[in-house]
Amino acid sequence: MRAILVMARLTLHEAVRRRILTAALICGGAFLALFGTGLHFMVRNLGRHNLMTLVERQVALNMMTLAGLYATNFLMVMAAVMLPVDTLSGEIHSGVIQTLAAKPIRRSEIVLGKWLGHWLVLAGYFVLLAIGVLTIARLEAHFTLPNVQHGLPLMLLEGTVLLTLSIAGGTRFTTITNGMIAFGLYGLAFIGNWVEQIGTYTDNSAARNVGTIASLIMPSEALWQRAAWFMQPAITRELGNTPFSPVSVASGAMVWWAAGYCAVVLCVGLAWMRRRAL
Amino acid sequence: MPEAVVETRGLRKQFGEKVAVEELTLRVNAGEVFGFLGPNGAGKTTSLKMLLGLVEPTAGEGKVLGAPIGDRRARARLGFLPEHFRFQEWLTGRELLHFHGQLFGMRGPSLDARADELLARVDLLDAAHRPIRTYSKGMMQRVGLAQALIHSPALVFLDEPTSGLDPLGRLLVRDIIRELREQGTAVFLNSHLLGEVEATCDRVVFVKEGRTVHELSLGSEGAGVDVELRAAGLDAPAIEALANIGTVTESRNGTVRMRVASDDRLPEIVRLLVARNVALYEIKAARKSLEAWFLEVMGDEQRPG
Repeated sequence: MRAILVMARLTLHEAVRRRILTAALICGGAFLALFGTGLHFMVRNLGRHNLMTLVERQVALNMMTLAGLYATNFLMVMAAVMLPVDTLSGEIHSGVIQTLAAKPIRRSEIVLGKWLGHWLVLAGYFVLLAIGVLTIARLEAHFTLPNVQHGLPLMLLEGTVLLTLSIAGGTRFTTITNGMIAFGLYGLAFIGNWVEQIGTYTDNSAARNVGTIASLIMPSEALWQRAAWFMQPAITRELGNTPFSPVSVASGAMVWWAAGYCAVVLCVGLAWMRRRAL
Repeated sequence: MPEAVVETRGLRKQFGEKVAVEELTLRVNAGEVFGFLGPNGAGKTTSLKMLLGLVEPTAGEGKVLGAPIGDRRARARLGFLPEHFRFQEWLTGRELLHFHGQLFGMRGPSLDARADELLARVDLLDAAHRPIRTYSKGMMQRVGLAQALIHSPALVFLDEPTSGLDPLGRLLVRDIIRELREQGTAVFLNSHLLGEVEATCDRVVFVKEGRTVHELSLGSEGAGVDVELRAAGLDAPAIEALANIGTVTESRNGTVRMRVASDDRLPEIVRLLVARNVALYEIKAARKSLEAWFLEVMGDEQRPG
């Protein structure tokens, strides 16, 4: 455990020293500023529509805030893959790993320490952006998104899935291959989920099954859809009248599947690392 | 027999069809400076990696510091400087030593003191606060050497430790190796610089095509001394008597070339010749250089071109 913490601390140190955190803060700040500006003008416009009912106003604000979280989700997915994509493959390729692996620590401790360090960076980045979006909505529109206590952990789980995949892939593949695999699977889940939504809408069970299989191969998009489903009022869930209102929502079992997915992928990565010639 | 810090028998590594190490059988004794020599592609680095647990052997067995190869407790007493030393270049020299010390369970004032002691020893105290990416190749090599010694190991593996260093840097490393020997630390040195090996090692092993092919002690015994003498009145019985002292390789026109075990045999040769009334005009003794040994052991087919 001590070695895991030493490795995690080194990873956090690296994020600070290599200005990864600075870049994340600047980009995150720019995104929040843009979101705040957009919401400001939208709220001002809503105020002019006297005919708009309270419900319509709430639906519009909900959609806008979910759009902010959708962008947050996208930025987090990018970070989850990119942050650790070369942490192992790069160090294996350059030989940096040799001095570490020759120390009295297990190879699994190197992998787990890096996983923990990167997860803390990712979680911090996500919390900063998500809390930023929710705070701006609260301050500018006096709007509170429902069920964030259910939605945000699901979004973080999505990031964890991709981060774990990126770390595990680094134990076996080159940096480029690893990045291609992680983004490729994310793309597969994204398209698969749309196929599932359309299949459900048109009552095409084959298309729906294709989407379900895609979600089992990579549960990222299913987790986002479930998170978005939680964080909207019942009326938009039922009507499905916003881009963030899924017709088909993954069940709670998908959350367990995603958690198990992380555990299995990490174990596979550890096994690859244990056997690998360094 | 002294205690062995490394002992292997028939260690082999195969990557698919390619055999990197055919059969590695060697022994390194506690406290000795051991040279591991061979041409490029002989399997030296793979052998080193097997001993460090970085590469799993395909066959054979071995022990390092009394434990099976790769054992974590043994690794706690090992130091290692890889050939192409690379590290997170955003760390400063002092942070690097602290990080490696922490991996050995060191902490607090004792780690601070040890890091500063080593930084001073490798002449990097003034640059200790700078990121490693600003270091020259030589400075990088020296801080790498310091990280290998941070926990005062019982055995240090140095893979080409002087390759990036200027003459002064090489002298520094040579001195550090001597200090390690005096402290009883065994050093496993892999180097192409035969002069360095000759100056620092007690014993060397030659590796060729993945096999240990020859072992040589570089102390007064074993390496041998080539003797050339010019004299008048050298008859057959005198040559025969010389052959009892060493190996006569050539005898022609009053010149004899022979090899003896050590310098100690030279007075004996002179006494023998004087006793037989041989007029001795000249006697030259030269220790056979490691380079000559290397070329002899490896054979001409290893020479490029």
